[in-house]
Amino acid sequence: MTIQILMPALSPTMTEGKLAKWLKKEGDQVTSGDVLAEIETDKATMEVEAVDEGVLQKILVQEGTENVAVNTPIAVLENGGAVAAKPSPTNGKHAPVSAPAPAAQVEKPAPSKTVAPPKPQSVAAEMAVGATRKMTVREALRDAMAEEMRRDERVFLMGEEVAEYQGAYKVSQGLLEEFGPRRVVDTPITEHGFSGLGVGAAFMGLKPIVEFMTFNFAMQAIDQIINSAAKTRYMSGGQMSCPIVFRGPNGAASRVAAQHSQCYASWYAHCPGLKVIAPYSAADAKGLLKAAIRDPNPVIMLEHEILYGATFDVPEDADYIVPIGRARIARPGKDVTITAFSITVRHALAAAEILAKEGIDAEVIDLRSLRPLDTETIVRSVEKTNRLVTVEEGWAFAGIGSEIAAQIMEKAFDHLDAPPARVAGADVPLPYAANLEKLALAQPDDIVRAAKSVLYRS
Amino acid sequence: MASAKGKAKTDAAPAASADELLQHYRAMLLIRRFEERAGQLYGMGLIGGFCHLYIGQEAVVVGMQAALQPGDTVVTSYRDHGHMLATGMDPRGVMAELTGRSGGYSRGKGGSMHMFSRDKHFYGGHGIVGAQVPIGTGLAFAHRYNQKPLVSVTYLGDGAVNQGQVAESFNMAALWKLPVIYVIENNKYGMGTSVQRAAAGGELYKRGEPYGIPGMQVDGMDVVAVKEAALKATRHTRAGEGPYILEMMTYRYRGHSMSDPAKYRSKEEVSEVRTKHDPIDHVRQLLTDGGMADDNKLKALDKEIRDIIADAAEFAQASPEPDPSELWTDVLAEA
Repeated sequence: MTIQILMPALSPTMTEGKLAKWLKKEGDQVTSGDVLAEIETDKATMEVEAVDEGVLQKILVQEGTENVAVNTPIAVLENGGAVAAKPSPTNGKHAPVSAPAPAAQVEKPAPSKTVAPPKPQSVAAEMAVGATRKMTVREALRDAMAEEMRRDERVFLMGEEVAEYQGAYKVSQGLLEEFGPRRVVDTPITEHGFSGLGVGAAFMGLKPIVEFMTFNFAMQAIDQIINSAAKTRYMSGGQMSCPIVFRGPNGAASRVAAQHSQCYASWYAHCPGLKVIAPYSAADAKGLLKAAIRDPNPVIMLEHEILYGATFDVPEDADYIVPIGRARIARPGKDVTITAFSITVRHALAAAEILAKEGIDAEVIDLRSLRPLDTETIVRSVEKTNRLVTVEEGWAFAGIGSEIAAQIMEKAFDHLDAPPARVAGADVPLPYAANLEKLALAQPDDIVRAAKSVLYRS
Repeated sequence: MASAKGKAKTDAAPAASADELLQHYRAMLLIRRFEERAGQLYGMGLIGGFCHLYIGQEAVVVGMQAALQPGDTVVTSYRDHGHMLATGMDPRGVMAELTGRSGGYSRGKGGSMHMFSRDKHFYGGHGIVGAQVPIGTGLAFAHRYNQKPLVSVTYLGDGAVNQGQVAESFNMAALWKLPVIYVIENNKYGMGTSVQRAAAGGELYKRGEPYGIPGMQVDGMDVVAVKEAALKATRHTRAGEGPYILEMMTYRYRGHSMSDPAKYRSKEEVSEVRTKHDPIDHVRQLLTDGGMADDNKLKALDKEIRDIIADAAEFAQASPEPDPSELWTDVLAEA
């Protein structure tokens, strides 16, 4: 009997990886638990362990091969004719399983099952930026930090696993090597403490970048973010400044359940004294992070784990800055305005493609900044389309969509031909089960339905 | 490192020069008279909100400040009037902030608990118990980052020591050997709860022991002993040896805030401290007993202080309220 060994996934979001190394060769006897091979993504390296016993008959994918899709057969095991488990070559359950998936997820975004995500409109179309190159959001964030650290000695990065580990999501890869431990600081797991420490350093004129492994953990630190960072300038009559960036992934990753999946956009956007940004594309991630580091105020940068590995065109100009407070028309249209930010821009663009096939021309606005909110761009769009759909990953109640709907009713009420519709996360703690998680998060189809409803079409 | 208790007040006090004692006396008296006047203005309805008076604890900030060097930073919580005056901030600006006027340090937007002075290296004035501790640790981080031989003096009360972020700060400060001195002002009560009822183990100066932070308990009613302890701690810290904890045994004569009737302690307890351990009387005694100042000289000093406070109170009432346009300013800095 032969059994196919399949390329395993390190995490629910991994779709492909590199087969880095074979530790067994053809003809070797294998017992369960033996390490057969090492596989790699840009985020982590894991060992592939044997589940079944037998002789490694044939290696199908040579070491060093990149972009091996999950569930691709990588080797064949001969188990000596024992009554084996079903030799189903496609049965994923028989794939060798690696050690438990790392706590941090791998980023490779799974394309939407309903529609392929459309190509994002390049920011270059919006402003003259010269040459661009392809880059992931992860690389863009790293480059933004590295460029600003080269430019300004006062800028430093601190957080859990940012230095020696190279970042829990590998965003800070290479920074320790270039800047050393004085400026790339590994902290203990002590969010409240290191956030307050960063605020104190900022009061003294340094420009800290504080990375949270996820914004879910920043709840431990929210007192320092709001009470100390956001309010002190006002309370000091303008004497004090707190030039600090709090950044990290926000919202739902994939199958990490309620305590690791919350969107904090409306929490921070609620508070005067803060600026809040939530980019979608790599170009915006880079341009906005650079703007945030240069900003003399506390800035909350909400990133998204699933976007870290997504590739976009990014301007090569090291002084490419995206001003905080300006939205971007990600897709022009005339029939309905859809506002989105972060990962939901992808969903909104996908929905717009579906709508286009039905003759509905949707305009998608990538908000990019949530505080200050570019209300003017939304108003101008609604004046043209007369219909509004807001999309966010977080909950609808007191959410970003609620704020936009209120502002549009205040500023463009006479232009509305239908009540605005909010597409948001289900009003429950995010469930773990794959089907329930999908039901809980806004999908392109939900956006399509909402767009049709404000157009009174079914 | 081992923790050590400071010696008893009278033995501990090494000879201080007449000039130095007079400076201490003056600085403490300024705080005492300022706070008495603030209490009076509060009673007249000219000061609103919370107002936490420092009366009784004056020797702590005055002794600490006397040991500092130019550029050393100070940060504390909300019982902060004494700290501001000790760093040299103008009594007019502090009092006008209490009355919520445009002449206040925060132009009337901060109030009693939220004042700052970059000139005097005073970084607040923070209203959340314990929040100033990581902030002070961050000031120390910046001193080290900037390669400046400065010290961050971070004050906290006996109530704050039980906050999680204080333990987090001790850990980071020890781990990275940051130049910070944590001054625990143990006035025996966190609002109405005595230290015995709030802090397991007592002996707050030992709270840094698990992290290897040396600690010392000091008679906080004796300004000379405070200064000596401060010098020891600053020498340690400035030499790159990391943080230090000083537990100042002190006492507040007034309630936690103006609205506190202080029923959790007896009149006798308060009166015992006031009559036998008052930090200002103590220095006055040293000055007169040692023949370093006669009654006339001290009377002249008293009058000078009284005049400064009268002027500050007058300024604080004459200064206009902030312009309505101030509502919208200072939220964000211009990018």
